[in-house]
Amino acid sequence: MTVWERLRPYSMVAPAIIVFAMFFIYPIFYMMYLSLFDWNFVSPTKTFVGIQNFVDLLSEPDFRQVLSNTTLYTVLTVTLTTGLSLFMAIWLNRSGFFYGLVQGAIFSPHIISLVSISLLWSWLMDPEYGLLNWVIGLFGFGKLEWLSHPSTSLISLVIVAVWKGLGYNTLVFIAGLQSIPQDIYEAASLDRSRPWTTFTRLILPMLSPTIFFLVIINLIGSFQVFETIAIMTQGGPVNSTNTLVYYIYEAGFRFFKIGYASAAGVILLFIVGILTIVYFRLLSSRVHYR
Amino acid sequence: MEPANRAFDGHTVAVPGGRMLEAPGRPALVRSAAVLLLKALNVAALLLLVLIFAMPFVWMLSTSLKTLPETMIFPPEWIPRNPVWSNYASAWQTGPFLHYITNSAVISVSILLLQMLTIIPAAYAFARYRFVGSGFLFSLVMVTLMIPTQLIFLPVYLELSAFKLLNTHLGLILPFASSAFGIFLLRQAFRQIPEELVEASRLDQAKEWKIIIRIMVPMVKPVLVTFALFSFIAHWNDYFWPLVMTTNETARTLPIGIAKIREVEGGGTWNILMAGNVILVAPILAAFFLAQKHIIKAFVYNGVK
Repeated sequence: MTVWERLRPYSMVAPAIIVFAMFFIYPIFYMMYLSLFDWNFVSPTKTFVGIQNFVDLLSEPDFRQVLSNTTLYTVLTVTLTTGLSLFMAIWLNRSGFFYGLVQGAIFSPHIISLVSISLLWSWLMDPEYGLLNWVIGLFGFGKLEWLSHPSTSLISLVIVAVWKGLGYNTLVFIAGLQSIPQDIYEAASLDRSRPWTTFTRLILPMLSPTIFFLVIINLIGSFQVFETIAIMTQGGPVNSTNTLVYYIYEAGFRFFKIGYASAAGVILLFIVGILTIVYFRLLSSRVHYR
Repeated sequence: MEPANRAFDGHTVAVPGGRMLEAPGRPALVRSAAVLLLKALNVAALLLLVLIFAMPFVWMLSTSLKTLPETMIFPPEWIPRNPVWSNYASAWQTGPFLHYITNSAVISVSILLLQMLTIIPAAYAFARYRFVGSGFLFSLVMVTLMIPTQLIFLPVYLELSAFKLLNTHLGLILPFASSAFGIFLLRQAFRQIPEELVEASRLDQAKEWKIIIRIMVPMVKPVLVTFALFSFIAHWNDYFWPLVMTTNETARTLPIGIAKIREVEGGGTWNILMAGNVILVAPILAAFFLAQKHIIKAFVYNGVK
């Protein structure tokens, strides 16, 4: 083996690895470092404060509300999206022109910019002249405030997230269903097992890798929600839709509390990290995987 | 089931003693009526589903062609009698839109080209060569795959600011010059190419890079196409990164311009805002209608593997 043959693989992976190291790996450590300082971005000196940023953050009522908002938003979005899309996948897992049309229609929001979706739904949810209030009015309901009232603002954002994510999740489930060998269905129908039993004993276990995949990417995606909040609510009214990434954005770019924002970033890193580890653990141990 | 039972026009024939033999008569009639009703209900539910997903877009288009007072009329007029095309001109004039579109195109295309240049060799090396440290380096790729940009924008902002790259195209391109997701996908594809094929071309004394470009890359073309669709759409649509990495118009992209219409025009001018929104959405929706199968495959099936 010549020297070049030994070095060749390194030269081939180097460009990619350099990009990752510079813009993904190093920033993580830099953020951890910054989280231990008090710094306003302009001042030439950073003051070391140890874990004071974390202590301040966790004792601040606003930040606690941010954490609970983020958790509530995530739990609602993930449960609704995953549950509904599993149901829809079983319903829509058929071929033919009409089903293709339906699948295309429900998938379309997934490739649309979140900017468009946020603006569009702000208009649909307008308390005065929005289409949604008119539609629910047809069924005899009174007008809702949607995004403008703290009691409905978070759930309104959940509705938008579910509307956007439903099609993608459904089609991933359909792909999962179609990868289940056909003879398993036939065996089940020959055994005359009831549909519900077939579903819980056969389909669910065979789908478990897909379910875990979707739950994890939905969890990670929901924890870092930003665009809809930045455009539709700016965290309001009265902090009711302020979530982690939006909080970090405001702390860093509006109030220039870099150390403080970094500490919040480290907390988000911690959450995403745990979810990732749990995912790989479950994947390697419990989940049926072909 | 025995092949002999699959007779006639290919449909399954009732097996003796099976469930499919039913005595004709009233119960069968009732059953077929019930089946018909179920089918009708199913079609109605499917239509409702399409409505839930299509109506917002139709509403957007409809609003974009109305005068402001018309947007407040209920029950709504879905097709405005006198479409107000000037809303599009008004939306276009709220900012330098040609500049935004150029920026979006330059940035998305540059990212895509750089990604191709970096992920193809890296994926090939991870798939085909054994070298010291390859396990560690690949785990670095997998870690990157799990790091969302929303997690690291603050330190990267400081980094880019130190490099004087804020408000430049480069600052919006370089962090995405490679893709962990792309390497992961392509490595799988390269691995599935049979070893004999590579050996055969090596016997022909072909240079290694020629083997890669002439033989290996064409074999993974479908994966490259799906990745390209995925990457382009993701960066064309991106709002977050250009928002946090720019403080002036120099490098700002179309999604930022659209979101800014509201600041320029004021909150209630939904007709103009929706016109801007149509400008942003239309190309992607058009592409989706033309290449629906490929786009769905790009997003869905790659995620499952």
